[in-house]
Amino acid sequence: MKSLLIAESRQGKVLGGSYELMAFAGELASDTVMFLVGSKEALPAYGGRLYLADAAEVGDYNPEAHRELILQVIAEENPEMVLFCHSSYGWDLAPRVASALGAAQVSEVVALRDGMPVVPVCNGKLRRQVQVATTRRVFTLQAGAFSPSAEPSGTPEVIKMAAPAPGRVEFCGYEQAAVGGVDLGKASVVVSAGRGIGKPENVKMVAELARALGGEYGASRPVVDAEWVEHNRQVGTTGQSVAPKLYVACGISGAIQHLAGMKKSEFIVAINTDRDAPIGEIADLLVVADLKQFVPLLTAKLQAR
Amino acid sequence: MKILVCIKQVPDMEAKFKIDGAGTWYARTDLAWRMNEYDEYAVEQAIQLKEQEQEADITVLCIGGEQVKETIKKALAMGCDRAVHVAMEAVSSLEPLQIAGIIAEFARDQGFALIFTGMQSQDRGSGQVGLLVAEFLTLPAVSTVVEFAYEAGMATVRRELEGGTRACVKVATPAVITCQLGLNSPRYPTLPNIMKAKKKELRTIPAGELLKVAPRQETAKLFFPEKRGGGEVLEGEIGELADRVIQILKEKTTVLS
Repeated sequence: MKSLLIAESRQGKVLGGSYELMAFAGELASDTVMFLVGSKEALPAYGGRLYLADAAEVGDYNPEAHRELILQVIAEENPEMVLFCHSSYGWDLAPRVASALGAAQVSEVVALRDGMPVVPVCNGKLRRQVQVATTRRVFTLQAGAFSPSAEPSGTPEVIKMAAPAPGRVEFCGYEQAAVGGVDLGKASVVVSAGRGIGKPENVKMVAELARALGGEYGASRPVVDAEWVEHNRQVGTTGQSVAPKLYVACGISGAIQHLAGMKKSEFIVAINTDRDAPIGEIADLLVVADLKQFVPLLTAKLQAR
Repeated sequence: MKILVCIKQVPDMEAKFKIDGAGTWYARTDLAWRMNEYDEYAVEQAIQLKEQEQEADITVLCIGGEQVKETIKKALAMGCDRAVHVAMEAVSSLEPLQIAGIIAEFARDQGFALIFTGMQSQDRGSGQVGLLVAEFLTLPAVSTVVEFAYEAGMATVRRELEGGTRACVKVATPAVITCQLGLNSPRYPTLPNIMKAKKKELRTIPAGELLKVAPRQETAKLFFPEKRGGGEVLEGEIGELADRVIQILKEKTTVLS
């Protein structure tokens, strides 16, 4: 079997997810070729054949042109499988490619079971094993689900690709969301508030628990979207990634995007009324309690020590 | 200006799920149903656009059994003008390509300037439907949008990328936009608008009339993830729980020393 790995680059840097595609192909003992819109100054550590288009000409985000390039590589290499990261780049591009190929697309693969891809359902509460009916298939892989066993190495054999005609979607540039003040990555303890805190007034009790533990407070995405906590405290894929000595998740169900930003924490305590919340999968300690009563009490006991 | 918003009815994600008899989906019993959260942002964005472009007319489309009419009514009460209910009970048996095929079949040649969808559903979460609708209709599409502005046939949007970065993107209409959480603040329907919604057009089309695409995949099995070993679960009186947590933190971490 042969797999085409769609690597990712942003602002001239190869993104780490690209190596997870290699790890997945490795699990299937598949041959690989790689495609990247990036820079010849920053090549991925990869020992195979790399089809490279110049991001300076094509643009980091130019989905119709990227699709056109990928279809050219597929015509040349005839891979059975096309692998993307399940990222803002991959999930945007994969359906366009799958559609052009007449291939089945399976999104956010987290594992293989009986040779079939497995994907999360209902915020990670369930798993779905998928039977694909087409010979050619397109998968997007969940970030962090497949890790390279060794440090990636090698220098690719580069095949340069000419830029196709621009697509109808015009990329105008990047903006960095306002970050400032709070670097949760430096805190040894992070206590985060999730939707389960119920109302904005309860952010205070989470902040007080963080202070009692000598740490900082953060929040999950729904709490930030509701503007109960500022974005610079958001933990998760689209916020900050943290790995403190202690992470306390208060009323956080454990959406995959949140877990990706904190699962490397050394010790994880989850406080939740739902025993089956996905956060329980990665928590070292799950306290089944109403946080609105439990958190102030825990804070008081910590302060009294 | 005609606008189409595609919505899905999903269970409340806090529910305790069970596997259905066939072992390929969750059982539909004992669940509270609501509008897919991502789609609430799509509906809100369409309504905000109508507030800006007064002549706009918003059609909301939902596929499912009789019970999805509740969710359709919410979208009408929020401010959509008319609704299409594509009737099909076993909607969970359709793969994203087929859902997109149904929507595209309905939307073709209707002159929608913008089609809004959520970027994914909370239950299946494929994130494919909006983009596939665009492919079927050969329209440009931008996914994962967290900011939207429209002026004179041009949409200027921000896509959300990883790590707090956004990409600024422009696309001329007609186009498909898939909406990410946080795009706006979805409104709550007011009582007068709930009453008004009852009089709005709600047309039912049997799914069979629009479903022309064969599936390329099916669910072999639905199951619960294996619990990772080692995690301890504490339950009981909260005072004792707090003491126990402090004791465990002293033993297992260095943060209390």
